[in-house]
Amino acid sequence: MKAPPFAYHDPRSVEELTGLLGTLENVRILAGGQSLMPMLNMRYSMPDHVVDINRIADLDYVRRVEGGLRIGAMTRQRTLERDPLVAQYAPVLVEALHWVGHVQTRSRGTFGGSLCHLDPASEQPCVAALFDATLHVAGARGERDVSIHDWVLGYMTPAIEPDEALVGITLRTWDGPHGYGFEEFARRHGDYAIVAAGALVALDGAGKISRAAISIAGVDVKPIRLTEAETMLTGGPADAGAIAAAAEVARGLECMSDAQISGDYRRRLATTLTRRALDKAVKRARG
Amino acid sequence: MDVEEKRRISLVVNGRKIEREVSPRKHLGDFLREDLRLTGTHLGCEHGVCGSCTVIADGVLVRSCLMLAIQADGMVLRTVEGLAEPDGTLHPIQEAFHEKHGLQCGFCTPGMLTTLAAVIEENPSIDEAGIREAISGNICRCTGYETIVDAALSAAATMRQGA
Ligand SMILES: Cc1cc2nc3c(=O)[nH]c(=O)nc-3n(C[C@@H](O)[C@H](O)[C@H](O)COP(=O)(O)OP(=O)(O)OC[C@H]3O[C@@H](n4cnc5c(N)ncnc54)[C@H](O)[C@@H]3O)c2cc1C
Ligand code: FES
Ligand code: FES
Repeated sequence: MKAPPFAYHDPRSVEELTGLLGTLENVRILAGGQSLMPMLNMRYSMPDHVVDINRIADLDYVRRVEGGLRIGAMTRQRTLERDPLVAQYAPVLVEALHWVGHVQTRSRGTFGGSLCHLDPASEQPCVAALFDATLHVAGARGERDVSIHDWVLGYMTPAIEPDEALVGITLRTWDGPHGYGFEEFARRHGDYAIVAAGALVALDGAGKISRAAISIAGVDVKPIRLTEAETMLTGGPADAGAIAAAAEVARGLECMSDAQISGDYRRRLATTLTRRALDKAVKRARG
Repeated sequence: MDVEEKRRISLVVNGRKIEREVSPRKHLGDFLREDLRLTGTHLGCEHGVCGSCTVIADGVLVRSCLMLAIQADGMVLRTVEGLAEPDGTLHPIQEAFHEKHGLQCGFCTPGMLTTLAAVIEENPSIDEAGIREAISGNICRCTGYETIVDAALSAAATMRQGA
């Protein structure tokens, strides 16, 4: 198989990138290529121009910033898995990445690429939603920020214009100790999830839940925050009954249905995986 | 696009310095096989799922069907042809595949060997679970994987002794 012919550009800076995006027509940005290259090889995607952002060194970083952790769009999944700041402030991302593809795809695949590709079952947007992430977008008209909750316009469609690029993502990481858990079910390890669930839990001095976040992938075109369950848990005991009751909220979700997997099955998975993720988070919060 | 502009790239493949003109759309697997005649790297699916095209690029495992050749400009590559010593002495993982019957038809073998060589070199103490995880992205339709895992464990043991 062969990709269709295209003109190739490899800018070295964000300015050069936005300049190209502002002038070229029918452009595709090439990040890790782990989703775009198959689409090119199979000719699902037929761009006239491919703009390769792999040589923009400024897009590859993990930084502590006010209120969180900022990750460059080109930061590879393999880098994030090994990054000490991620391990300290967002260990749930490391646990989630373990489910993403394989060692040979995480070596190239990027955090930004995953957030632009937006497979509904992808783990990375799910973690971004768990942390109420802000996405930083750059274009010829300047930079703007978009909340992860407004980022997904529809099936695999991010809120970004053809002449813009995602340049970074800020995860609103939690101050202070908390527990985390990420659980998923896929037919084969390394495949996209059917359903995945991530949870964060903080406990107060008396062992009650002071804060909770739950995010689920694979039930809708975008990751779903289980806010009702989060509210139920907050201020209450961190016991099995409370966790099970919170997880039951997932049973009421509207779920996608397709030829292989029914909405009912997704609801059951969402409920079970939420319970397991919360369980893990509470155990880890206790230390 | 009617006219494709070729670009000159230079890279090191299995210790050899290479300079070539490439068309931007050519993926690295095709470049290795067609331009360099290194046909050890196999292409099964060309969309990232089978792992037979795995090579080592700047020390990390990549699928050569999911990279453009032009992106390898400046890189140091190791393919299955580069695992053995220049004098022909096999890499411990190749030796172990031979001993433990780690292959049948051989189609998946280049990807298995490059993957296992890289992970065992990085961590000779890797356990069975780690090996199974490492080759979870490599599909084999013949062996049932058991002999491959045996070979990998045996190669890891050899490399621990050698170290
Ligand atoms: C065998 C296999 C298994 C996989 N399993 C999983 C899995 O379990 N879970 C999972 O989440 N993913 C999985 N993936 C996909 C994952 O590896 C990709 O990394 C990810 O989906 C896309 O990231 P990328 O950096 O490779 O982006 P690319 O493939 O380069 O780009 C993807 C899309 O995003 C656009 N884009 C990329 N970066 C930007 C940017 N900065 N600004 C604007 N647009 C941009 C591109 O134009 C393209 O449309 C798998 C892939 C393979 C090959
Ligand atoms: S040929 Fe590259 S993964 Fe199958
Ligand atoms: S030996 Fe035939 S596919 Fe693995």
